[in-house]
Order: sequence, then C-alpha cells, then structure tokens
Amino acid sequence: MHNPQLNSEGKLKHLLSIEGLPKRILNEILDSAESFVGVAEREVKKVPLLRGKTVCNIFFENSTRTRTTFEIAAKRLSADVLNLNVSTSSQSKGETILDTVNNLIAMHADMFVVRHNQSGAAHLIAQHVPSHISVINAGDGRHAHPTQGLLDVFTIRKYKPDMHNLRIAIVGDVLHSRVARSEIHALTTLGVPEVRVIAPKTLLPTDVEKLGVQVFHDMRAGLKDVDVVMMLRLQNERMTGAMLPSTQEYFKTYGLTQEKLSLARPDAIVMHPGPMNRGVEIDSAVADGLQSVILPQVTYGIAVRMAVMAILAGGGQA
Amino acid sequence: MNILIQHGRVIDPANHIDAQHDLYIADGKIVAIDQAPSGFKANQTIDASGLVVAPGLVDLSVRLREPGFEYKATLNSELQAAAAGGVTSLACPPDTEPTLDEPGLVEMLKYRAKKLNLAHVYPFGALTRQLEGKTLTEMCELTEAGCVGFTQADHPIIDTQVLWRACEYAATFGYTLFLRAEDPYLAKDGVAHDGEVASRLGLKGIPAAAESLALASLLRIARETGTRLHIQRLSTAEGVELVRQAKQQGQAVTADVSTQHLHLTELDIGFFNTQTHLRPPLRTQRDQYALCEGLKDGTIDAICSDHSPVDDDAKLLPFAEAETGASAVELLLPLTLKWANNTQQTLSDAIARITIMPATIMGIPAGSLTVGQCADVVIFNPDEYRKVEAQHLKSQGKNTPFLNMELAGKVHYTLVEGLITYSTL
Repeated sequence: MHNPQLNSEGKLKHLLSIEGLPKRILNEILDSAESFVGVAEREVKKVPLLRGKTVCNIFFENSTRTRTTFEIAAKRLSADVLNLNVSTSSQSKGETILDTVNNLIAMHADMFVVRHNQSGAAHLIAQHVPSHISVINAGDGRHAHPTQGLLDVFTIRKYKPDMHNLRIAIVGDVLHSRVARSEIHALTTLGVPEVRVIAPKTLLPTDVEKLGVQVFHDMRAGLKDVDVVMMLRLQNERMTGAMLPSTQEYFKTYGLTQEKLSLARPDAIVMHPGPMNRGVEIDSAVADGLQSVILPQVTYGIAVRMAVMAILAGGGQA
Repeated sequence: MNILIQHGRVIDPANHIDAQHDLYIADGKIVAIDQAPSGFKANQTIDASGLVVAPGLVDLSVRLREPGFEYKATLNSELQAAAAGGVTSLACPPDTEPTLDEPGLVEMLKYRAKKLNLAHVYPFGALTRQLEGKTLTEMCELTEAGCVGFTQADHPIIDTQVLWRACEYAATFGYTLFLRAEDPYLAKDGVAHDGEVASRLGLKGIPAAAESLALASLLRIARETGTRLHIQRLSTAEGVELVRQAKQQGQAVTADVSTQHLHLTELDIGFFNTQTHLRPPLRTQRDQYALCEGLKDGTIDAICSDHSPVDDDAKLLPFAEAETGASAVELLLPLTLKWANNTQQTLSDAIARITIMPATIMGIPAGSLTVGQCADVVIFNPDEYRKVEAQHLKSQGKNTPFLNMELAGKVHYTLVEGLITYSTL
C-alpha cells in the first residue's frame, strides 16, 4: 500500500503517524533535533530555515500547550504563524474540515499543523492538500500524536542512549491515548527490546499485544526493573463510570508513587506528556522528584518540532 | 410484444436448467423455453450467443433514499442502477424520511416505482413506528399496501419486551421479520471491528460479540414465538455458526450476507478509507472465510448488495464521522460470480443466491424462468471484465470500496416484464 507520509523518493512529505515510518527517518528527525536544542540557548533564538513560509496551526480541538510549542518552534525557524481555533469558530457554523483547509490553502499557507478529535483527520487533510503543502499531525482522536512520540524517544535517548538495551513501561489509559500509540510505534521501531503496558483491561485496546508490547495488569509486577516509566494522562471523563470506579481507586492501583517507583531500576526516569493530574495518575513527590524528566520533555519537544518542520521544508540542520 | 432470446446458455436454478436454449417471451411473460409455442412470431430477437440468460436478479436490500434523502439518490437514479446491474426485483428498507411506517407512504413509493417501471420494488415496512423500537406499526395494513416483511434496518430494538411482542404479533399473521443482529450497547459509537486494525487506528470498535449476543437472543425469541426470521448482513464466524446450529435444530431461519462482507476485511480500511466504513463493520479474514464457507454450505441462503448510496461530501470526513454504506447494486452480479469463482461453485449455484433464494425468502413471484412467470431476465457475459469506475456507475452514489477493481460479469440486457430496461447497445 502507498505510504501517504513519504514522497516518491522515500523522503518525509507529511508527518501523520509514527507507524509506517522507517527507522532511518525517525533517526534523521532525532539527529536533526539535536542540532536545534542549542538554538534556544543562543542570544538570538532564531534560525532562518522557514523564513517567508507560513505555518498554520489548525486546532479543531482545544489545546494551549501543544499549540504553543508548535508556535514557538515555527517562530524560532523564522516562519510566520497563523493560529486557528476552529472548535470555537467555523465548525460551529457547520463548515467541514476540508472547507476550512481549502480556505487556508487559498491564503497560501505552506504547512499545516492539525489537531482534531477524530482519528484519521490528519490523513484526510493530507490527501486533499496540493503537493507543495505538508501536514503535521498534532493529535488525531485516539490514533496518533507523532511529535509527542518523537519527543519522548528523544528524551529517552538523551538519558538512556543505548535504546537496544532498555525495558520501558507505559502506564495508564492506553485505550484512549494517541500518545501511547505513537510511543509504542516509536520505541518498537527504534529497537527497544521490551515495551510493557500497564493498565486495567477497561483501558487497554483489544489485541494491544499485537502492537509488540507485553501486557501487565499489576503495576508492581510491570514496573519491576524498568529503565523508563512513561505515565499517561487520565481524561476527566474517564475517571468515573463504566471504565473506572473512582480516581481514588485508580491512584491506589495505577498511580505512580515513590514506593511503586522503587521497584524500577534505581536510575529509572519518569515521563509524562502533560498536563498532569497530580494525585490521580502520579504523586506530586514523583512528578517533582529527582527521577522526573517531565520538564526536559517540554524543552526537547520544541527542538523535535523544529526538526520536523525543517525537514518537511527541505532542510534539517540548525 | 413478442421477444425471442436465442442461442444463449439459459441458467435457471429454480428449474434446474443449465443448457443452450431459446427463450420465448410474450405479453411480458415467459411463454416457452427451448420449443417455440405454436404460431409464435418474434417482434424482436436478441442474440445471446456466448451469453448467459438468467432470471432477473433479486436483491434483498437496496436503499433508494426516497423519500427524504434525494440529495443522496433518487428513485430514478437507483432504479436505473438496479437495471444496469441486472436487478429486476428489490426490497428497500424503511429507513427513509419519513420512515416507511404508514400504508400511504408505502403505496406512494410503490406507485412511483411502478411509473418508472425499471424494477419491481418491494418495500419492507418498519417493524416499529419511526424505527424507535417502542410502538408496533400497523403490520396488516402495511402488508396490504405492499410490504413483504418488516425490519428495523440499522436501528435494533433495545427493549427485549418490545422485540418479543413484535415477534409474537408478526408471527400471528405469518409475516417474516428481517432483522440484523447487533447489540446496541456493545455497538454504541463503534465504527470498525474491535480488533487489531481498530486498535492501531484508534477507532472505536464493535466486538464480534455484539453480533453473536444479539443473534442468540433473536434466534431464541423467534423460536419461542414461532416467528419466521431472516437474519440480515451476517458478519462474523460466530454468527454463521449460530445460524448453522439453529438450522440444524430445524428452526425457520434464513440469512444473507452483503457482497462487501464476502470480499473485504478490516485490513481494507487501510489509512482510514471511508469507503470501507460499513455497518456491520468489516471484520477479520477468519470471519470473511467463515461467511464464504457458510454461503457454500447453505447456512447463508442469499447474497445481497446492501446498496447504500451516499453523497461524496458525506464520505469526505474523518472515518468515524463519514456516513456508512456502499453503492453496490451494480456490482451484485460480478461480486457474486467472484465468490463462486473463489470457492469453486457453479454458475448456477451463484445465480441461485441472487435469484430464487432471495425471492423465496421474500415470498415474491420472481427469481425463476418458470413458464407463465413475469419475463424478468438478465443476459450477461460471465467472463467479460469491466473496471469499476465512478463515472460509469448509474447510481447517484459513487461510494464503492471496489473502485478501480476489474470484475468479471458484464450485464448486456435487463428485461422487466418483457421490456428492455437496460442494454449495452
């Protein structure tokens, strides 16, 4: 089947999902991101790679954090940035996704960063834009959040450079998580030998083990000797009901505490894509503790997004 | 008007005919096969050399979209499509706007279809008013108006008490219920088979158990109430097995499968191809195999197109938001032949599944070339390939997952009551 993310020369055309991307492209993005980490520490935090280009952040679903990091990334590349919160404007007037996109194409946007609450929305847009426009998926439903997956593996690589010798646990609501799916594909593609998911059955997708992970329902057993603990956010609407009885019980069974973390390797790192629910999926002492790399994730996120945009625009080094 | 169809290979499974014969038609009826009736003079002769002459096809589910959804399709466009597909009798589900739950609406639809005279249209009446699953419709009145059975289309009854009563009432008068087995809670908001593909794509799944749980209840209720039940659109291996067991126990149950489910699986969703967003969802290869085998061993009686034309815009949306359905009536014959070819069935076996079997299930006088019957005939070349292309589809709905596929089985003529409604000439 034709891979919609690559052009005829096998180069990255759109970033829609980690799944289907070859290892060489993941490494290209990660290596390129290394060169952008330093940009933020310079006196002038800008490189001219996207000068004269217009990057359009189209957010059909609200998100301040992700939108901001894309905006900073684009601005540090000297692009003009247009932010559109469609959830609060056109869609309530009945405009379809493709109508919105076509309007922005008519305004000569060069790159779209898209978030939508439906799986497959970024693919749909990528199929309908003219060939000079690239689409970056900033999260589509439960499907994918590839830049988050990339920044997570970038962070892991920074702290644990030997990816081929790691044991990693992903904990929490995998079922509804686009982040988890992207993390799993990124880790397995890069050759991490053991990826575990830890969650109750109600929060795991059917046949999740076919993604190449080991399933644990007992958090203590799952955390044993891992090098990395990747926590997932529990959405408010899942906290009570038929998925879970209460946040208290969830914290007791799947919340990350110092005591449970002590079962992992002593030098294990703790990650979270944010925003965190302190006291629900993670204890504050752990979130702010010595093993936490949650804030470096945010910093690296900008470098990774700069790298993706730069590669899509045809150049990849700062 | 007398028509002679000569030199064709006549295949009429109902009468166990498969031989080179001439077919004689007079005043809209079949008057003889092989031997010309005395004094027969043809006004028109069709040369069917190298072609198959079969009963006009019977389709158990064709959405005509009228009344109410004319922007998706019209009676005229869809009956033209049926004619192009060789379909001469079809059942249409009641999920229109308004719902076909009143005799007047059914009469109107029948009248308008009759005026077009492109195919015999047999409406299914709504089993409950507005398909809401609460109040029974006037089944006797609807039957008098022309309904050949009752259904809930894609709106399964949630309240089992209502379902039970509906079965009892239908059984009182000997009506057949045409129901699709789907547990409404397990299927809620689901858009794809609950399995590996849906998990990878982050689509909400509908487990196979949604079909088997509901099917077990339907079969049990039908048995208790003595209702003749037809199960629509089987999609799972478990479902096939449940129907097989019920038949072995002597229950009056029949079943169909759609052409899409016979040939496609969840893997065909690919990168969110909305043309594969169907109800029930496409399932696994194992399920697809079980459907093909179930059809072969007679557990599944008939094949239908489940024709559901959708306007282009309704498919240009993210997968879950895109409307379900495939435009399929024009592909009923080629996709049935493809099944027969894949499973080493004879041409006659294949034709039976889209003629006499569905006609018998609906209880209509169609699906055979019996002398004295309406001259509904399809003449086709089973070996002629044709590429499925949007611009060649007569249906207003160009939504088919089989686009650009080369399929064998090209219709050359369709006759309804002895009148040519479609020809390639």
